Amino acid sequence: MIRIEITKLLKGAQGPFTLSAQMDVNEGGITVLTGPSGAGKTSVLRMISGLMRPDAGIIMVGDDTWFHSGQKINRPPQKRAIGYVFQEYALFPNMTVRQNLKFALQKSQQPSIIDEVIEIMGLVRLQDEKPMNLSGGQKQRVALSRAIVQMPKVLLLDEPLSALDRAMRIQLQDYLHEIQRSYQMSVILVTHDISEIFKLANHVVSIQNGVIVNAGTPQEVFSDHNLAGKFQFTGEVVKLETQDFLMIITVLIGSQTIRVIGDQSEHRELKIGDHVLVASKAFNPIIRKLS
Amino acid sequence: MIDWSPIILTFRLATVTTIFLFILSIPLANWLAHTSSRLKPFIETLVAMPLVLPPTVLGFYLLIAFSPGNSFGLWLDVTFGLRLVFSFQGLVLGSIIYSLPFMVHPIQSGLTNLPKSLRESSYVLGKSRFQTLMKVLLPNIKPSIITGIVLSFAHTMGEFGVVLMIGGNIPEETRVASIAIYDQVESLNYGEAHVYSIVLILIAFAILLLIYTLNRSYFKRWWV
Repeated sequence: MIRIEITKLLKGAQGPFTLSAQMDVNEGGITVLTGPSGAGKTSVLRMISGLMRPDAGIIMVGDDTWFHSGQKINRPPQKRAIGYVFQEYALFPNMTVRQNLKFALQKSQQPSIIDEVIEIMGLVRLQDEKPMNLSGGQKQRVALSRAIVQMPKVLLLDEPLSALDRAMRIQLQDYLHEIQRSYQMSVILVTHDISEIFKLANHVVSIQNGVIVNAGTPQEVFSDHNLAGKFQFTGEVVKLETQDFLMIITVLIGSQTIRVIGDQSEHRELKIGDHVLVASKAFNPIIRKLS
Repeated sequence: MIDWSPIILTFRLATVTTIFLFILSIPLANWLAHTSSRLKPFIETLVAMPLVLPPTVLGFYLLIAFSPGNSFGLWLDVTFGLRLVFSFQGLVLGSIIYSLPFMVHPIQSGLTNLPKSLRESSYVLGKSRFQTLMKVLLPNIKPSIITGIVLSFAHTMGEFGVVLMIGGNIPEETRVASIAIYDQVESLNYGEAHVYSIVLILIAFAILLLIYTLNRSYFKRWWV
């Protein structure tokens, strides 16, 4: 069990706010932190890793105390056995892929782990390249590989896949799932992507303005029980047109746009860029296998 | 026959000064780039002072401080046998202080411009601050380091005021090229003054051309 109880005064875009988070994370699973930008998700990861110091609180991994403000314990990041994958990859530009991984090797470890990770992550052909010559997806694969070389107890991922296209993202999600299962690491992942959450997460923690507003399985957190919807999608409003009393709302869902007709008075508050839920209650949808 | 010793002495001074500056500036620039200490603006100001002050001011106070006529200078002389006025060692010390910003600024700005995540990812991989500096940070700011080295070297070569104040004009000891030119002009030996001057112009041109060619984009970033 990973026990996290932290408070920290943070500077946000709308002025200072207090991050106050309490969560217990089961070891050996994937926990997702989600919530709007500036909610404090990255700060939680930084405090778990030791890169940021909480004002007060406790961080315990199993029986190990990593931070305890009462007992004045604050282990430096070097001594926390964590893997951290940064949003911007943070590969060392002066080293090749293999050297990046080798840099992560701890004194007590066998060097053979590097070959193993290179093999599993499909980096054999890229191992002598410098990061500069890699695509975004390849860089992220290297960053993930480097983070797992030292076999961390806890793997922290800060929106690792957000900059990638859909196909690459799905491939990396599969890698991540695979790694988590084979090495039994506890993964804490920050993401906005709801499909990613449903695909990967055992447990979801939703943070807003520094406070945990919801936690549970993806189904518990994201499904609205009051809605007896046959299907539902989330998307972004890209276009609003008004015609008489009607409003034609164009919503981007994944890579498809869907036009929904609504009552003008009901949807007056919608703006372009709003995140919306599109659900159907009345019709039975058609389902057809794609060849 | 022209006396080449001032040119050779100038090179010796610039080389020794640059080596000391490099060793001194790496930890100083690293501290300045990453500290959140309240002392930072004061230290930054002190480092940059030689950019603003006439070199004679620095030379004047160094002369007073190191003169065996006062207690600090006497103590240095008695304890270490070190006489810093009118000596090569004194010139090196004066030049280090005088060229400090030319080494510290490019390295500091190179380190500041590196993404913070490089340092942090090295820490979470279990590497100490020192290992991170040597293996991750410095290898990724090579252009800044080269800029610092070349500029300090070139700036020391062009030094005049500090040298004149604390070095004087002792052949083979403190008579560097810039002093020799002044000396020759005073004695109306324009021919020799021309030779020294043209040699300095050519060297300065070559050094600056080299640095602009090697590292155009980087150089602009902090120079302008």
